[in-house]
Amino acid sequence: MLPAPIAMHIPDGFLSVQVTIFLWLITIPVVGYALKRVGVDLGERQVPIMGVLAAAIFAGQMLNFAVAGGTSGHLIGAALATILLGPWAATLVLTCVITIQALIFQDGGLLVLGANIFNMAIVGVTVAYMVFRTVNSLAGERPWSIFIGGFLAAWVSVEVAALGTALELALSGTSPANIAIPAMGGIHALIGIGEGLITVGALAFLRASRRDLLKSSETAPIRGRLVWVVGLVLVILLAVASPLASRHPDGLIWVATQYGFLNSEQSPIIKLIPHYLFPGVQNKTLATILAAMLGTVIVFGVALGVAYSRRRKTSPGDDQQV
Amino acid sequence: MHVHFLDPYRPRNSPIHRLDPRIKLVLTVVFILTNTLIPTAAWPVYILLFALILSVELISDLGVSFVLKRSSLAIPFVLAALPLILTVPGKTLFILPVGSWTIHASYLGLERFISIAIKSWLSMQAAIVLAASTSFPELLVAMRALRVPRLLVSIFGLMWRYLFVLVDEATRLIRARSARSGQSEKPGTKTGGNISWRARVAGGMAGNLFLRAFERSDRIYMAMVSRGYDGEARTLPLPDIRPVYWAILIASLSLLSLLLGFAYLFWG
Repeated sequence: MLPAPIAMHIPDGFLSVQVTIFLWLITIPVVGYALKRVGVDLGERQVPIMGVLAAAIFAGQMLNFAVAGGTSGHLIGAALATILLGPWAATLVLTCVITIQALIFQDGGLLVLGANIFNMAIVGVTVAYMVFRTVNSLAGERPWSIFIGGFLAAWVSVEVAALGTALELALSGTSPANIAIPAMGGIHALIGIGEGLITVGALAFLRASRRDLLKSSETAPIRGRLVWVVGLVLVILLAVASPLASRHPDGLIWVATQYGFLNSEQSPIIKLIPHYLFPGVQNKTLATILAAMLGTVIVFGVALGVAYSRRRKTSPGDDQQV
Repeated sequence: MHVHFLDPYRPRNSPIHRLDPRIKLVLTVVFILTNTLIPTAAWPVYILLFALILSVELISDLGVSFVLKRSSLAIPFVLAALPLILTVPGKTLFILPVGSWTIHASYLGLERFISIAIKSWLSMQAAIVLAASTSFPELLVAMRALRVPRLLVSIFGLMWRYLFVLVDEATRLIRARSARSGQSEKPGTKTGGNISWRARVAGGMAGNLFLRAFERSDRIYMAMVSRGYDGEARTLPLPDIRPVYWAILIASLSLLSLLLGFAYLFWG
């Protein structure tokens, strides 16, 4: 069994439908554009290179190192992929990784896949690209710039993706902002250090063995100016919104209801079972027990019926096979 | 260790396994969507949905215990919703004194928390049944039918083809590291350098893995080109969906929307 690397893959049921749809609407065009863009860059090599590298990032998430007290640092790989492949290819590779994790290994939900892709493959990659580019252009051509840039890019990508996740949970009304944001931010500030160190280790290895791979990304002209700007905007937005939202959680709820992210409480049209109790029974406890018993009977009735009909249907077939 | 065990697909000869993968994928997503849309604290509807997924598990011959065991993977994330018990205002359930503070736990918060946990658990089971009863190539067909870009589907396919190769490669790297790492029997003796040294080693492994993958992708590309690959993903046309499966799709969809309507009518 693969170790679950981080608590950043949101399962189904934790995001409201409105937030889910909103993030899908961002994710689909971005991934579509990335697909087209990488197709232009790599041509017919796109499928093998992207496929194998996605598999490598997936496998790379198994790599870990002991930190302290039985915990371990893991590679997540958004920053490493961004530095080595550029933002569009990295988005595509991580989209593949996250999709397969959700579809096959249930690491993250299917319906909220758009949100998970948004957090890790879009926000994580864009922000990592922005930080790495900025550090590199500030430091000029100095050899250490890729290490500082790599470490910072890895840390910021993990942290910002985690803050994004916390904000989405808070917008969905699943997790109170004043607890979710500091908790996710705090944990991932530590996880980010591990990610940063491991990214630097990988860059050091690649610099020693295949400098040409790093050179191409170092000296490439800033093609992704738009990506850089979007990354900066995302960092500023989350850096401002997160402390604000965690200090004034009511404000976030207000925004959520204003934009219809939160399912506002409506009164039921018909109250058949008022207060979730059984109709016609005066005693509250008794009524609750009755309701629970009815539910249990329904479940096991259906289950038994299905199992029984199956056994009767399959047993003649088994006899024939024997 | 052979990582082929990673594949959650369990071949069985059940109606769920034989069901058209396109129908299965659509129904799984719609089931999860229904779960998400059901209002808080609609307990009878949750029970009915559980009965539904339980029946599917029984029909699928996968073994209920297999599905339940796998579905426990999502439990840690439930922690994210736990504070709701304490922060949602409402009728007080209990009061917890912590030092000079008192924490109020509310019924409404508890209801919200349990609802989220149940919804997530039910959705997880549906996803597990899908992954365990559908082989990956079938899932690729289903994704193509749902208009996922053909190129993306090809990348998924190639990624799946090499996933096990690269997981094996990563396992070899980890084995090589542990073979070279000594551990002291004496308690309190630190081994293996400091954290940044260990991270550097792990990073070196990651870089190594990336490099091997990069070079392997080059060789794969050459092999594909020499067999006539020209960048176009050619696939067989999808077979028609049999009328029985259409009937199953429509029946299931109407059942789910009925449940949803029922839930909104009484608990919306």
